[in-house]
Order: sequence, then C-alpha cells, then structure tokens
Amino acid sequence: MSTLMSGAKMLLECLAREGVDCIFGYPGGVTIPFYDVLYEHRIRHVLVRHEENAAFAAEGYARSTGKVGVCCATSGPGATNLTTGLVDALMDSIPIVALTGQVNSKLIGSDAFQEGDTFGITRSCTKHNYLVKRIEDLAQTIHEAFYVASSGRPGPVLVDITKDVFQGQGHYQPVAAVHLPGYKVFTEGHTGQIRRAAQLIHEAERPLVYGGGGLIAAGASQELRETVELTDAPVVLTLLGLGALPADHPNFISMPGMHGSYAANLALMGCDVMIALGTRFDDRVTSKLAAFAPHAKVVHVDIDPAEIGKNRAPEVPIVGDVKRILPKLNRLLTELAAAEGKTPAAEKRSAARRAWWHQVRGWKREHPLEVATSETEIMPQHLMGEMDRISRGKAIVSTDVGQHQMWAAQLIGFSEPRLWLSSGGLGSMGFGLPAAIGAQFANPGKLVFALVGDGGFQMSIPELSTIAGNALPIKIVVMNNGHLGMVRQWQTLFYNNRLSAVQLDCFPDVEKLAAAYGFKGTTVEKPAELRGALEEAVREPGPYLLCVKVAQMENVYPMVPAGAAINEMVLGPPEPVAVPSK
Amino acid sequence: MLQVISLLMENKPGSLMRVTGLLSQRGYNIESLTVARTLDPELSRMTIVVDVDSVQRQQVIKQMNKLINVLQASDLTESPAVVRELVLVRVRTAQESRTAVLKEAEIFGGRVVDSSTEGFVIEVTGDPEKLGEFIDVMGSYGDVEVTRSGALAIALEARKLRLQPPVPTKAGTKEELQTEPQS
Repeated sequence: MSTLMSGAKMLLECLAREGVDCIFGYPGGVTIPFYDVLYEHRIRHVLVRHEENAAFAAEGYARSTGKVGVCCATSGPGATNLTTGLVDALMDSIPIVALTGQVNSKLIGSDAFQEGDTFGITRSCTKHNYLVKRIEDLAQTIHEAFYVASSGRPGPVLVDITKDVFQGQGHYQPVAAVHLPGYKVFTEGHTGQIRRAAQLIHEAERPLVYGGGGLIAAGASQELRETVELTDAPVVLTLLGLGALPADHPNFISMPGMHGSYAANLALMGCDVMIALGTRFDDRVTSKLAAFAPHAKVVHVDIDPAEIGKNRAPEVPIVGDVKRILPKLNRLLTELAAAEGKTPAAEKRSAARRAWWHQVRGWKREHPLEVATSETEIMPQHLMGEMDRISRGKAIVSTDVGQHQMWAAQLIGFSEPRLWLSSGGLGSMGFGLPAAIGAQFANPGKLVFALVGDGGFQMSIPELSTIAGNALPIKIVVMNNGHLGMVRQWQTLFYNNRLSAVQLDCFPDVEKLAAAYGFKGTTVEKPAELRGALEEAVREPGPYLLCVKVAQMENVYPMVPAGAAINEMVLGPPEPVAVPSK
Repeated sequence: MLQVISLLMENKPGSLMRVTGLLSQRGYNIESLTVARTLDPELSRMTIVVDVDSVQRQQVIKQMNKLINVLQASDLTESPAVVRELVLVRVRTAQESRTAVLKEAEIFGGRVVDSSTEGFVIEVTGDPEKLGEFIDVMGSYGDVEVTRSGALAIALEARKLRLQPPVPTKAGTKEELQTEPQS
C-alpha cells in the first residue's frame, strides 16, 4: 500500500500511528504546512505562550503517564527556546519527541531568515537527534525517534524537518520496523550476577534499598514492594524516585541527600548491603563520594551500563530493566530463605536485622522531618503539611525548583508513582506550571497542583493564558517568601548573609493577575486561614491562583554542606549564644 | 595516560560531530582522531587517542557505546593491536647535509616525496614512537614543518560484531490511513 501525500501529512500519519493525542507547540513560518494538516484533526494541539513551556508541558505529560510527550516549534528561535526543556528531559530521562521546522534544505548554511543550527545545537541536549532533508527519510525517522525516546533509558529525541520536506510530495508506506544496528537495549540482567546479588542480600545484616527514577520509568512499583517485603529492608527514595513505594509504607524512610532526612542519610552510611535500583549515585545524594557509605557492598541495578561504575564501583553490577530483574531476584531470595530454614546463622542474622531497624527507627525519632507551625505567620513546612493533607497522596503535584521543592519532597507523601513531577537533574526553574499543564491534559479527571515559588512562578506567567484559554482546573499554589529562597539560604549560611540579587520585590497582586486572565486568585498570610484557602481553591471548578505568604527567612534543614559527607548534616539553625549576665 | 579507541560507526551526517562533541562534553582530551569509510560504505572506522586517567578509561568506552550511531567501541590500548601513523616532514637543509638527511630517511624507512634546492619532503610510516624519533632527528638538520595523520589502529583478533536486529513498530500493522480529517 503506497499513498501519495505531502510530508506534513506523512508526519501527522506517523504521529497518529504512534498513538499521539496531544502536541504542545507554537507555530512559525516553516511549520505552517504542518499546522495546516493539523487543523481540525483529532490530534489536539495546545498552543503555549513560549516554546520553553511546550517542552516542559511535554515533560509533564510524559512524567505523569509514561507515554512519549510531544512538542513542536519552528526553526531558529523556536527551536532554541526548546533547549532548556530538552536538557531537563535528558537529565531526568524523560521520553519526549521534539519536532522542529527548518528552513528549505537548499538554504541551509546561508544564514537564512530564522535559520539556526538546530541539529548542532541540540546534539548535546538530546538522547539522539535527526535532520530530515528528504521526504523518503521522514516516516522511518519519526518511528525511530519514538522508539529511541521510549526504550532503554528514556530520553528526549529531536527531529528537525526542512520546509521543503513538509511541502513536498512523497509516497507513504507504513513503516514495519526500525533499523538501529548500533542501539542496544539491555533488559534481562546477567543470571550469574543476579544470583550473586541474591546471596549478598540474603546474608546482609543491615540491608538498605536506595531507589531512584529508574523504578518509576520501569513501572516497577509492584516488584519493588515484593523485594522490600522479602528483605524487610528500609527504603530511601531519591527526588526522582518518590512515589515508587507508597509514602506510608512502613519500610519507607524518606528522601536522602543534601536536603534528605537525618535517618535516610545515616541509614545510607550505616548499611552493609546497599541495593541501588534505577538510580545513579548523583552528587545531591552522595555528596563527598570518597566518604559515601565506605563500608557498604553495593548491588547496582540499572538499564544504562554507563551509570554502573561511573560514580561508585559496585560489588555486583547488574545491567538491565529493574522490572525484569527484581522478580528473578525475589525468586532467588525466597529460595535461599526456604533452603536455609531456622539455623543459628539465620537466627543471628534476624537479630542483627532487628537491631538495624531499631537503630533506623531511633534515628527517625531523634530528628524527624517536621511540619513546623507558628501562630503569627505561615511556615513553609506548614504549607507542605496542608498540601499533604489536601492531596491525600492521590493528587498530581508539580513543583518548581528551590526551597519549596525540597520541603515538598520532605513533607508531601504520594501513594503511587507518577503523581510527583519535579525537575531534579537540571533543576530548571519555570518547570512547575507548564509541567502541570502537560499533566492535566494527560490526566483530565485528576486534581493537579502546580506548587511553585515566587521566583519560578514569575518565569511562567505567560502560561496563565494557556490555562485560562483551555479552562484547565489547575490549582496554582505559590509559596511566596519574597526571595529566591535557595540562593538566599546559601548566601545566609556561607556568604555572610550578603543577599545579592535575591530580593523578589514587586510580586503581582494575584487576585488582579488571575482576574486579568478571567479566573480566581487570592492571597493568604494567616496560619489559621491556610487550610480554608486551600480547600476553597480545590472546590473552585476552574483554575485557581493561591499566593501563600510564608516566613521569609526559613532555611531548609537538614542540609549537607557542599563537600561534606552526608552524615555531616546541619540539622538546624545554630543555637543563639546567651548573653552572659553581669 | 593515552588510550587508543577504535570505533565502528554508521557513516551518517553528524556521526563525527557526535563523537567529538561527546569527548568535549565529558572533558576528555583528544590527542588525535582519524576516520574513513570501511569496506562497507555505510560504515566508518574511527581511531581516537584520548588522554584520560585509568579510572575514566572504562567510562569513555561505555559513553561511546551509548551513541546510537556507534556499532562497536573497542579499547585497543592494552589488547593485541597494530598502531600506525603517517608523517610528512618538510625539512630545510644546507647543501652539505643533503646526503645525511637522505641516509636518515633510509634508516627510518622513509620515502622522499619532494626534493628541491631548499630541502626535502619525506614521508614516514610507523608506530607513533618511531615517528617522534624521526621528527627529532630531522629537526637537528634544519627547520622542519610536520604534519601527522594521527594514529590508526587495528585489532589483531577479530571481535565479533553484534548488531541489533530490526524492531517492529506497532505503527506498521494498521492498514487504513489515520489522518482523514474529522469532517
């Protein structure tokens, strides 16, 4: 079967076959032919107000569903505006396909109008990228792009398409297979290594599960739960791994790392076998690598062979899909336990493990993550406590970057994966609001919060128009401390409180701002009114903009200072020294 | 320390840029790089010499393998391999030294590819260390200008090339077009 059609139509045909239902984008000169075939097609196009937000929205779509998010921009400035979102997706391994238009292939290299070297610029921003100059290559390339984005370690793929390809005519034939001889996807894991891992874990006296974003990407929550129950190991989950295990699971400690909890960090340092699943020993978690868990034997399961041994040499490396590997591991662990029965060695180990749990629970009791409150002003932690209460572990919460993000990670619990959307690896401000837009389109029935700071919020204001125009019932909660909080914290703690360029004055009146876009907004600053304000926001059927004024100079604790080991946490502000009486 | 990497990759636009971009991005120092087509015109072989510490060596190969255009990345530094390089040296010689220079060239197995009143251009092939010695010797006779090709390497044992088979798309199964407009 072969049909004559334009390149634009061919692209649409391929997208429809890939199951795309939504594209976030912004048209321009060279993409008009594509927008023409998109007109009134069932694939929905969401017009954003800045291409950067198209990429973030595609990420929000992908992070909340696991499906490939799609964004579209024109040549030159349109494409360059996507780059932050692309690097963000690359760092957090999020599957998105970015479609960009390019000038006529005969004009490439002549500094034509709105020409940019998109292919060159995005080489380091993507898992892979393509420049399509011939219509014969288009269909194959699109299917390849979707395959590369969604397989193995997911990531962003960009396809740059010239205007003459869009406008030209070609014979379309359905693409039966993609040919990528050099692209190897590891799934199964080496049987011998899995066996070694099972033996090591079985014999561990102080096991710990250290899980990351790979568990979410693999959809391995059920398998993880079984492993946790078989080993009865305490669990720490990174920023990207939150939600892989329900927050109220008895084995879940919290997030570890620079702003992780006391218990989580000491558990990482004190374990004898660290079961690292779908995680990459990022510096925010490990801090000083030389001092990180020096006595622990590491079992490292990851789908990307380059991550294994990159920061920490594991005793047992296992390359593969954690969803395929955990059931095999679980089977072996069950067999080992059954074969051993009740020997003195088993009894001794059980006692050691009970002692380990006793120690971990002690750490949790000594320095828990607390919801601080005050009578006079709203504490940021209080806001997070109320967010936890109102989301009930089931709402989608998309955050921006900074102090609010850390408090949210510490204090809001999630009962399932893919509810927590947060930019971790790149830490891109301006992520929260557009990602919530993407998540709302992907999950029309769900309650979606965009929990952002006053800094990040102001980077995304143009998208209030997108929210209003599409009547998206997103609840935007701005944690307003009047400053670029995280930078301010570092300046307070390490730069003698020289607060250079962190005052965010002239924050808009949100009631007027929301009204300007035709929806409701209000400000709350009294602690007693916080719960009611959040409830009203949720009750309101449409979008809502709630500005929560919080204590301005709170610092996120615990904090591992740069270069320190993770057990060298600062737990709170230094105690004031009493003035000696005369 | 110097690591010799041999890459077999798809001969597609941008492949070279991906490799050099990756090396630059990860901060690995490139000593030399050569690339050309293999017997299969769709494939190229690239030989890169990078300066990395021993801890990074494995990482470099792993990062190369991650590139979709790369079919095989081999570390030839310590495995049985032949490493060769070509150098063209233009040397200005005084009349009295001419015969001596020719004798040196002969010792190193070099060929004179140009001769003039000013001097010679001599071509030498060999392992990179030998070429270094030759350049030093020539330098003692007069002004030299040197162009080195960069190291080429070939493994002595053929490594089995494992290529990935085609992956079926879910898209290929549908017969009717998906893009008729709603109206």
